[in-house]
Amino acid sequence: MLRSHVLPVLALLVLLCIAPLVFYPIFLIKLLCFALFAAAFHLLLGYVGLLSFGHAAFFGTGAYMCAQALARWNLAPELALLFAVAVSAALGAVIGFLAVRRQGIYFAMITLALGQMVYFIYLQAPFTGGEDGIRGITPGHFLGVVDLSNPLALYFTVLAVTTLAFALVWRIVQSPFGMILEAIRENEPRAISLGYNPTLYKLAAFTFSAALAGLAGGLKAMSFQIATLVDVTWQMSGEVVLMTLVGGIGTFLGPVVGAFIIGGLEQYLAQSALPAPVILGAAFILCVMLFRKGVAGTAKSLLQNRAPKRSTPDNPETQATNRIVK
Amino acid sequence: MTSSQTAFLQARGLTREFRGFYAVKDLDLDIRAGQVHALIGPNGAGKTTVFNLLTRVLDCTEGQIRFDGEDITRMATHRVARLGLVRSFQISSVFPALSVLENIRVALQRPNGLGMTWWRSRSALDRLDERAHALLLDVQLGDFAHSRAGDLPYGRKRALEIATTLALEPRMLLLDEPMAGMGTEDVVHVTELVRRVARSRTVLMVEHNLKAVAELSDRITVLARGEKLAEGTYDEIRADAEVRRAYLGGTAHA
Repeated sequence: MLRSHVLPVLALLVLLCIAPLVFYPIFLIKLLCFALFAAAFHLLLGYVGLLSFGHAAFFGTGAYMCAQALARWNLAPELALLFAVAVSAALGAVIGFLAVRRQGIYFAMITLALGQMVYFIYLQAPFTGGEDGIRGITPGHFLGVVDLSNPLALYFTVLAVTTLAFALVWRIVQSPFGMILEAIRENEPRAISLGYNPTLYKLAAFTFSAALAGLAGGLKAMSFQIATLVDVTWQMSGEVVLMTLVGGIGTFLGPVVGAFIIGGLEQYLAQSALPAPVILGAAFILCVMLFRKGVAGTAKSLLQNRAPKRSTPDNPETQATNRIVK
Repeated sequence: MTSSQTAFLQARGLTREFRGFYAVKDLDLDIRAGQVHALIGPNGAGKTTVFNLLTRVLDCTEGQIRFDGEDITRMATHRVARLGLVRSFQISSVFPALSVLENIRVALQRPNGLGMTWWRSRSALDRLDERAHALLLDVQLGDFAHSRAGDLPYGRKRALEIATTLALEPRMLLLDEPMAGMGTEDVVHVTELVRRVARSRTVLMVEHNLKAVAELSDRITVLARGEKLAEGTYDEIRADAEVRRAYLGGTAHA
């Protein structure tokens, strides 16, 4: 399991280290933030089987809290990020508590409704600056040494934090706790009959997911030196669903691939005269119809088909996709 | 403490109503410690409902359930399992995408304090393997440890499910039709398995295979239309005219 991921992960890290030679660091930072956001979302969808439609609430909360801490309290960037994570996790625990007892479409609807509630709170709350957002952020020095006003230093800081966060996701998924999450997703009544309380496990996963989404939002606010309502909208919640589905459910790197594809397309389309939403929508439909396992999932099974075949028609990835598409 | 005189699992006035239809009505049930108690009856008699009520999968409309002296009438489902009252399912219930060994590990994780451990790698679970392999050998699945549970043939899935249940070291087992859908050979296997398991445990089982019921049970309760029709040893039940009419008459092959 681990070995099959080492090569792609190393290759990706090397690529990301030399990427600033070709692309603007700030563009790459945006991709990294989205990739982390998608990974946080995928922790819930891919490993627990819960489709949240309100994850922007945590992304946006992370962004606002980090911006608040940096712009108004002049906290060090690492403390501002920690604060953003803590508040997002707390909000995740509350929203998760209300949502995880439900499943499927009901879970999606409750998270959407609560996400919208969070949006309206931020729209009205004085500290967010309403439509203007929180501006005037000076990111300062990370850990007291790295000057974040230098775009390259900022990029490698974000890359390091993101990599650590991904390592944490990997640890959670591959831990004994992750094993129980898998068991609950496979057969919840049986897990209950073995004495597990699924609500507790789902709530823990939801809180982890919210905390990581908050970290992604915090990194974005720190890097772009602004936090606005855009990060809390339902469109942002939709975008992360899109990224994860395009990338592929059930594969560790799927959300990264999806975030890079969607983020890259958006950037490219923003500079052209083409109607971005139409093209993104078409790309999404193509992905769902042609690669039901997503881009990463399809690539993975192509590679596996060349190697001795191990996967069966009802492998977990297809099952996960089928469950969502149904 | 439970003596052989007081019931280990006791139900009083157990009733479950589904919109005016009584699936189970005013049922008293006493299962004594160390016994194998069978629940039989024609289809639709409410046997599975009784099971679901006793394991708290369903709420009872009225009545009271006590397990080892403790009132579990309103207790959460997973807590009942933690008390040591563990069930198997009518349709073989395994974690299909996990390996046979992992299925057992999952059952062992919680009692060993490894359920919520998110900061360690899965190799932390290796210390459960010795016990897991012993359980697998017990049900003759030793050679299948690394097969995908979903790929096992039916009889072996059943065996895996029983091994998983035993991993919790339950004080009482509820087996919902352990022989259902099995060939003669498997029935012999599972009968032997249940007999071994029952030596140190209390067992309540729903079963259609009367030969297995005759061989295993100390006591039998016959249900019909959600009510208790008769109770006693196999011979007493066989002699009961009402039971013969309602149940044994048509299908008896014992």
